Amino acid sequence: MSARLRWRKFVSAFMLSMTGVCALVAVSVLFLILGYLVFHGGASVSWSFFTRLPAPVGETGGGMANAIVGSAKLLLLATLIGVPIGFFGAIYLAEFSGTTTAFVVRYAADLMNGVPSIVIGIFAYSLAVLPFKHFSTFAGGFALGLMMIPITLRSTEEFLRSVPVSLREGAMALGASKWKTIVTVIVPSAYRGILTTILLAFARVAGETAPLLFTALGNRFWSPGWNQPTASLPVAIYNYAISPYEDWHRQAWAAGLVLLGLILVINIVARGVLARGISVSRS
Amino acid sequence: MHASVRPAVSVNLPPTGTNIAARESAAALNMRMTVSRVNFFYGAKQTLFDVSMGIATNKVTALIGPSGCGKSTLLRTLNRMHETVRGARLEGEILLDGKNILSQDVTALRRRVGMVFQRPNPFPKSIFDNVAYGPRINGSKMPIAECVEQSLRRAALWDEVKDHLHKSAYELSGGQQQRLCIARALAVNPEVLLLDEPCSALDPISTAKIEELLVQLKDLCTIVTVTHNMQQAARVSDFTAFLLIGQLIEFSPTPQLFTTPGDPRTEAYITGRFG
Repeated sequence: MSARLRWRKFVSAFMLSMTGVCALVAVSVLFLILGYLVFHGGASVSWSFFTRLPAPVGETGGGMANAIVGSAKLLLLATLIGVPIGFFGAIYLAEFSGTTTAFVVRYAADLMNGVPSIVIGIFAYSLAVLPFKHFSTFAGGFALGLMMIPITLRSTEEFLRSVPVSLREGAMALGASKWKTIVTVIVPSAYRGILTTILLAFARVAGETAPLLFTALGNRFWSPGWNQPTASLPVAIYNYAISPYEDWHRQAWAAGLVLLGLILVINIVARGVLARGISVSRS
Repeated sequence: MHASVRPAVSVNLPPTGTNIAARESAAALNMRMTVSRVNFFYGAKQTLFDVSMGIATNKVTALIGPSGCGKSTLLRTLNRMHETVRGARLEGEILLDGKNILSQDVTALRRRVGMVFQRPNPFPKSIFDNVAYGPRINGSKMPIAECVEQSLRRAALWDEVKDHLHKSAYELSGGQQQRLCIARALAVNPEVLLLDEPCSALDPISTAKIEELLVQLKDLCTIVTVTHNMQQAARVSDFTAFLLIGQLIEFSPTPQLFTTPGDPRTEAYITGRFG
């Protein structure tokens, strides 16, 4: 073997192992986080964690039932606000708008995507908290919904645009109107991508803390209806983690584990649903 | 304009391209569609120049010519698919059964003038749902299942797919997919079927099947096909139109065009001197 060939083989093997190591690092971060959460919070996840209210300071035990329900309510509101606006806006952008309008809207959505979440929180505070003079579930859901709009809009638009022109033409050549074509061919062809997008947006805002600090605030008790401050998992984690109590730290870990677990379960279930049906071939 | 009563073969032909006997035989035919003095523009660029021709009822009309000659553009004007392109503009008149298609409701027009494209474009649905698409959105007199079976039989695909109608259309081969697209177009009972190089993405065996199918289908509807392949035009069509850089050079009964072309440019093209 010549020296040159040996050198080339060495470089090849070195680069191959480097790419492998990087891939491993990327994946192992997730597993490290999971493992860390299980190690610290696993012991505190019990039946009472899901069913009971937080215990008063000084008492051990108690749970985060109110924060779990609060997060669910906030996310429901956020989805109801963010997904329809993002989805229908994307249909307009992809199917109807001129190039200039589309450019402006797309650019604005990208900027909004980059706005720090705490700024979104302040914005929601001035719009949905100040006029009513109290924090509320509604204001929190509103803030999270605002964050979902640009994420849903941009990716949904991408998926709609990726539906081949030939499918649109096929439908129109059969006498389908533009509206019928969108409803019966374009959206069904892109629906997996769109659902994945919605889930990613959902998962993204599920862990947001900053926009909730001035809107939903937090609550150590149940929050009936939509008009009062409510607990949520991310804010509960924040409050518990900065507290001086050992027991609260454990609870914060447990809440982190539950939050991550819920998002994982939603993702896995959704992928299972999406795996069925027929997808567009991209040949 | 009285384009509908014009004998189609004579219009826009240079004097050398006219053959009295052929003109009279064609004039006696019933014209399903009449294209008269059509000019077509993409933005400022003109791609069709003063094209006039007739599409004979229950015959196969082939449009041939080198790439970029405007044959696909001409085909797409016949069901106004050109309107999906921004900046496209059409001047002139196109009649379907004597009525101008440009002033009709476009979705109603496309139900009557169906289209099959260059590459098979089945929807990401099952075989059944693909064929049922047209009847479902347009309403159908027949029960849907019956209509699907009839259309698949007409497209000579039924025997190959009858046991797995609910499988994805993407599991079919390219040739089968193209016949599925023909079945899908037939399911709305079009009066005219336009085909834009339907075999260009297919292997020779699939091509032969589709050619055979076209000849059978002309009893059901009037067919206009664009093709790159002169042998294909000669095999399947009754009339052939030769286009060159946006102009209709010659339009004659197919045997005549291929054996005794009336224009030196037609002769040059069919003998393979260019294009």
